[in-house]
Amino acid sequence: MSAPLATEERSVVLEVRDLSVSYGKVEALHGLSLRVHRGEIVTVIGPNGAGKTTLLSALIGLLPLRGDLVYLGERQSAGRSVEQLVRQGMTLVPEKRELFAEMSVSDNLLLGAFDRYRAGHRDQLETIDHVFDIFPRLMERREQMAGTLSGGERQMLAMGRALMAKPRLLLLDEPSLGLAPLVIREIFRTIAHLRSIGVAMLLVEQNARAALQVADYAYVLETGNISLEGPSGSLASDPRVIESYLGLGGRH
Amino acid sequence: MKRSLHSTILLLIFIVALLAAPALLSEFHVTLLNYIGLYAIVTLGLVMLTGVGGLTSFGQAAFAGLGAYTSAYLTTVHGVSPWLTLPAGLLVTAIVALSLGLVTLRLSGHFLPLGTIAWGISLYYLFGNLAALGGHTGISGVPPLHILDVELRSGRDFFYLIWAILLGLILATRNLLDSREGRAIRALKGGSVMAEAMGINTPRSKIVVFAVAALYAAVSGWLYAHLQRFVNPTPFSLTQGIEYLFMAVVGGVSHVWGAILGAGLITVLKQWLQDWLPRLLGESGNFEMIVFGLLMILVLHRARDGVWPMLQRFWPQEVRRAHAESVPRLAKRPLPEPGSVLLEVTDASKCFGGLVANDRVSFRVRAGEIMALIGPNGAGKSTMFNGISGVDPLSSGRVSFRGQRVESLPARRIARLGMSRTFQHVRLLPAMSVIENVAIGAHLRGRKSFIAAACRADRDEDAQLLQEAAMQIERCGLRDQMYEPSGNLPLGRQRLVEIARALAADPCLLLLDEPAAGLRYVEKQALAELLRRLRAEGMGILLVEHDMEFVMGLADRVVVMEFGRKLAAGLPEEIQRNPAVVEAYLGGVE
Amino acid sequence: MDLQIALLLGQDGVTNGAIYALLALALVLVFAVTRVIFIPQGEFVAFGALTLASLQAGRLPGTVWLLLAMGTAIALIEGATAVRARRFRRLPLILLLNCGAPLLLAASLLAVSPAGLPLPVQVLLTLMLVVPLAPMLYRLAYQPIAEASVLALLIVSVAVHVTLTGLGLVFFGAEGSRTPAFTDASFALGDAVLQGQTVLVIVASILLIVALYFFFERTLYGKALRATAMNRTGARLMGISGDLAGLLSFTLAGAIGAFSGVLISPITTIYYDSGFLIGLKGFVGAIIGGLASYPLAAAGAVLVGFLEAYSSFWASAFKEVIVFTLIIPVLLWRSLKTRHVEEA
Repeated sequence: MSAPLATEERSVVLEVRDLSVSYGKVEALHGLSLRVHRGEIVTVIGPNGAGKTTLLSALIGLLPLRGDLVYLGERQSAGRSVEQLVRQGMTLVPEKRELFAEMSVSDNLLLGAFDRYRAGHRDQLETIDHVFDIFPRLMERREQMAGTLSGGERQMLAMGRALMAKPRLLLLDEPSLGLAPLVIREIFRTIAHLRSIGVAMLLVEQNARAALQVADYAYVLETGNISLEGPSGSLASDPRVIESYLGLGGRH
Repeated sequence: MKRSLHSTILLLIFIVALLAAPALLSEFHVTLLNYIGLYAIVTLGLVMLTGVGGLTSFGQAAFAGLGAYTSAYLTTVHGVSPWLTLPAGLLVTAIVALSLGLVTLRLSGHFLPLGTIAWGISLYYLFGNLAALGGHTGISGVPPLHILDVELRSGRDFFYLIWAILLGLILATRNLLDSREGRAIRALKGGSVMAEAMGINTPRSKIVVFAVAALYAAVSGWLYAHLQRFVNPTPFSLTQGIEYLFMAVVGGVSHVWGAILGAGLITVLKQWLQDWLPRLLGESGNFEMIVFGLLMILVLHRARDGVWPMLQRFWPQEVRRAHAESVPRLAKRPLPEPGSVLLEVTDASKCFGGLVANDRVSFRVRAGEIMALIGPNGAGKSTMFNGISGVDPLSSGRVSFRGQRVESLPARRIARLGMSRTFQHVRLLPAMSVIENVAIGAHLRGRKSFIAAACRADRDEDAQLLQEAAMQIERCGLRDQMYEPSGNLPLGRQRLVEIARALAADPCLLLLDEPAAGLRYVEKQALAELLRRLRAEGMGILLVEHDMEFVMGLADRVVVMEFGRKLAAGLPEEIQRNPAVVEAYLGGVE
Repeated sequence: MDLQIALLLGQDGVTNGAIYALLALALVLVFAVTRVIFIPQGEFVAFGALTLASLQAGRLPGTVWLLLAMGTAIALIEGATAVRARRFRRLPLILLLNCGAPLLLAASLLAVSPAGLPLPVQVLLTLMLVVPLAPMLYRLAYQPIAEASVLALLIVSVAVHVTLTGLGLVFFGAEGSRTPAFTDASFALGDAVLQGQTVLVIVASILLIVALYFFFERTLYGKALRATAMNRTGARLMGISGDLAGLLSFTLAGAIGAFSGVLISPITTIYYDSGFLIGLKGFVGAIIGGLASYPLAAAGAVLVGFLEAYSSFWASAFKEVIVFTLIIPVLLWRSLKTRHVEEA
C-alpha cells in the first residue's frame, strides 16, 4: 500500500492531486492539487463560498473525495475515516471550533489527547503544560466551562485541544473568524510559533493579508478552482488577489 | 384530476377484484380480508402521520380501542344506535388526541411516540380494570350494524362496508395531501423553520394530522366492535399499536397504498407464522413477534421506504404535468409607496451565550430599493436575517415592518404582514415537485381547510395557488423543471426555487440570503435582471451576498457588517473605496 | 393506612425507585450519546434475573444461545468486511472475540454445574452472559443506521424490544422465576422491619451511581462519552468515533440493566416480558429529566417508585394506569418549559 518514497519527496507531508468533492449532485471542488512540506505553513485563501471549508472537511475524512491523497508518504484509501487520520497525526481545528461546551477547559484539552491515550501514551500532563505555555490564557481559565469563554479564548482552546494530539499536520479552518484584530494578531503569532517547533500547517483563511504574512506558500481558491498560487510574498502584492475579493475587476 | 391510464386500469382491476372477492373466497379468507381492511384503515392514518408528517405514534391501537369501547358501551348499556355511537366515538377520540397532542407536540419529535407508548399502556390497563367496561373479559352482545333494513351479521356482509370506507378514506387522504393544507403537512418533514417562515402554523398542522390519524383508528375500532360483536382489551394493546407501525413501515410509510400492502403482508405473515412457529418450537406464544422484529430491523436497514416503492417500479409513474392556466389570478397585496420606509431595524443585538453575534445594528430598507448586507464570514448577517424574519428572535432592539413592531412576533405572523425570505442552506422538500414546493410559499393566500380539501371543494382555489406558483417559477427561469422533484436540481437552481417560493407569498419585502451562490454567470445575470424588475414594481429587497460583482452592480445601498457591528453604509462605489471595508475584507495584522 | 403500612410501602417504593433510577440513568446516557431511545433496556433486566434463576436451577440459560448467535453474526459481517479490504490479519481476532469467547463461556457452563457455585460467581456468570449482548445489539441493529433520524432509531428499538421479548419466551418459557434472597438479615426500625434485601438493593444502587459518577467525571473514557453527547463532530475530530462511543454506552446500559435484574430477582417474580414495564418506569423517570438531566432523571425515577408503591395500596388495579398517566402532566410541564419548537 505504501509507495516507495523518492528522497526529494521525503519532506512532503501532504500531497493532493486532482481532488474533487461533491455535495450530492453538485461538485464543490474541481480537480485541485496542492502540497504541504514538513515545517511549512501553506495557506489557502479566497472569498467566501469558494470551497475552503469543504477542502479541509474532505482532507480530514468528514466528506468523501475523489482524486489522490498522499499523506506522510502513504496513499489514503477512499474509505479512510476521520479516526484513522487522527491516529496518523492529522488534526483539524474546525471553523465552528466544535468545543465541548459544558466541560472545563482542561477537560477539553485532555480529550484532545484521547487518541494518544487510547494508543497507550500517558504523557498528557506534560503536553497540557506545554499547551499552557503557548496559551497562558487557557491556564488562567482551566476550570471554566468552555461555553463561557470569549470568541478569542474559544479559538485558543480549539487550537490547544488540537495540539494535545501532537499533530504532524494541523489543518486550521478560518482561525481569525469573527475575532477582533488584536486577538487575530495573537492567534497568528501563535501560528508562526508552531511552525518554529516543526508543525506543518494548512491554513484556510478569508483574512488574506494576515494569512499571506504568516504563510510560506499560498493558493487562491475561487469557486472550487485554484486560480493563483505562489510563494506568499509574491501573492501579497498581486492585484488579482484584491480583485477576487472585492469584485473590482470586470472578469468573465 | 387526470391520471395516467395505467394507474386507472390497475385501480379498476383492484376494485373489480374486491367486488368479486366475497363471492369467490371462503369464509376464512373473507374474514382475513376484513381484518386486513380494518388494519389498513389504522395504518393509513399512520402513513399520514409518520410518512408524510414526520411524526409517529405507537398508540393507534388505543385510539381504535376508544372507538370500539365507546360504541360497545353505549350500544349495550344505553341502547344507542350504532350509527350515533360512531360520532360519539370520534368525539371521544378527538378530545383525547387533541389533549395528548397539545402536551407533546411542542416538544421535540420523539416525545410524541414516547407519550403514546405510555398512554397506550395506561389505556389498556384502564379498559382491563374498569368494571363498567367488563374488565379483562370485555363487553359482549354488541348489536350488529344495519344498513337500511339489512342486518350485517356475517363477515361477508361486512366486507363491502369495510372496504368501501377504506377506499373512501384513501381517496380523502390523497385529496387532502394534494391540497394547500396537505402541502403544509408535508412541509413539516422539512423542519418547522421553513414552514413557519412561509406562514404555516406548524403546531396546528401537527395536531390536526395527529387527530386525523387517531380518528381513522377510531373508525376502524368502531367497525371492529360491530363486526366481532364483542370487545376486550387485547386487540387494543401496545403490542397491537406496535404492529400497526410495522405495517406502515413494511408497506411503505410515505405511500397511501402502502397501508393496504403493509396491513396485508403483516396479517398474512402473522397468520402463517402463528400456524407453524409453535409447531416448530413445541409450545404456544407470540413467537411471530420475533420474526416481525427482525423483519422490521431488516426493512429499516435495507429498504427504509418499504415494499410499495419496489412494486411501483413495475409500472410507469404518473407525473402530473399540468395546472390550470385559465383561472382568475389571486388578489395581490397593494405595495407601499416607492421610497417609503418598509423595514426599520434599530439597535438590533443578538447574543449566543457569551458570543455577541449582532451588536446594536441599525438600518432601513425602503420600498423600491435593493439593499445589500455584506461582510466577512461570521460577521452576523444570517443571524440578522433570522432576527428580522422572526426565525430566531433578537436579544434586544427594535424591528418595525410597515410601521408595526415585529421583533417579538413569531415568524408566521411576520410572514403574514408581507415579509418573505429564502434560506442560505436551501430548505426545500427534495421529493416534492418544484411547483408544489413553490406553492407552499402561497400558503397564506389560500383559505380552504382540511375538510374542503378532503372532499375536493377546494379545487378552484388550489388551481389559483398552483397557477401563481407556476407563474413565479417561470419568472425565475425554471419553467422546464416545474414538475421535477426539487432535489434533482443543481444547488444553484434550488436557490432560485427558494426565490420563487418567497415570491409566491406576494411579499412587499423580500429577504434573500446568498441567492447567487452556485449560479453560473448567465444565471446570475438573469437573477439580477429579475431583482431589478421586482424593484421597479416597488418591492423592497434586502440581500446578503458574497459575490461582490453581483452586489455592486445591483444594490442601491450597501451596509457592511463586521464582528456583529455595522462597519459602514453607503452607495456601492463609496463602499468599494472605503479603506475600513477593504481592511475588513482583506484583513491584516499590522 | 397506618404508619407501619406507610413505612412498608415506602420501603417498596424506595427499592423499586432505586432500580428505576439506575435504568433512567442508562436511558439518558444511551440517548445522549447515540440518540437511541433504548426501549429494550427492560429486556436486560428480565434477562439478567432469569439467567441467574436458570443458573441457580441448574439449567443452561437460553441467553447462551443468543450470545453465540449474535457473536457468529458479527463475526460473519466483520469477517466479510475484513476479507473485502484484504486485511486477513484481523480475522483471528474477530473470530476469537465474537465466537471464541462465547463458546468458551458456554463450554465452561456445561463443564461445571453452576447451581453449586457460590452466589457471587453465579452473578458474575450472569453478567458475563447478558452484558455483552448490549454492545452486540448496537453493532448489529443500530450501528448500520447510526446516522438515521431519532424516529427511525426509535422504531428499531421497538423492533429489537419485541424480538427480545419473543426470544425471552423461547428461552425461559412463560413461567416466572424468583431467586432466593441474597441475605436473610433484617433490621428493626421502630415498629417496622427493614429487610436486608432492601438495604442491599439501595446500597448497591447508590454504589453503582457513585461509580458511574466517577467514571464520567474522572476517567478519560467517561469524558469521551460525555464529549460525544455534547458534540459529535468535535468528538470525532479527537478520534472518538461514534461507534466506539455507541458500543461503550450500550455496554454500560447492558451492565446496568443486567445488574438491576440480578438485584430485583429475589424481590419480585420476573417473567420473560416483565422487563418492558420495569424499563418503561425508568423511562417515565428519564422523561421527567427531559432525557437530558441525570439528577432529575434519577429523582423522577424514585418518585415513580413511590407513586407505584402507594397507588398499589390505594387502587391496586389501577397501579399501572396511574404510573403511566403521570407522564401526561410531566410532558405538559416540560412542554410549558420549552420556549419554541425544536428542530428534529
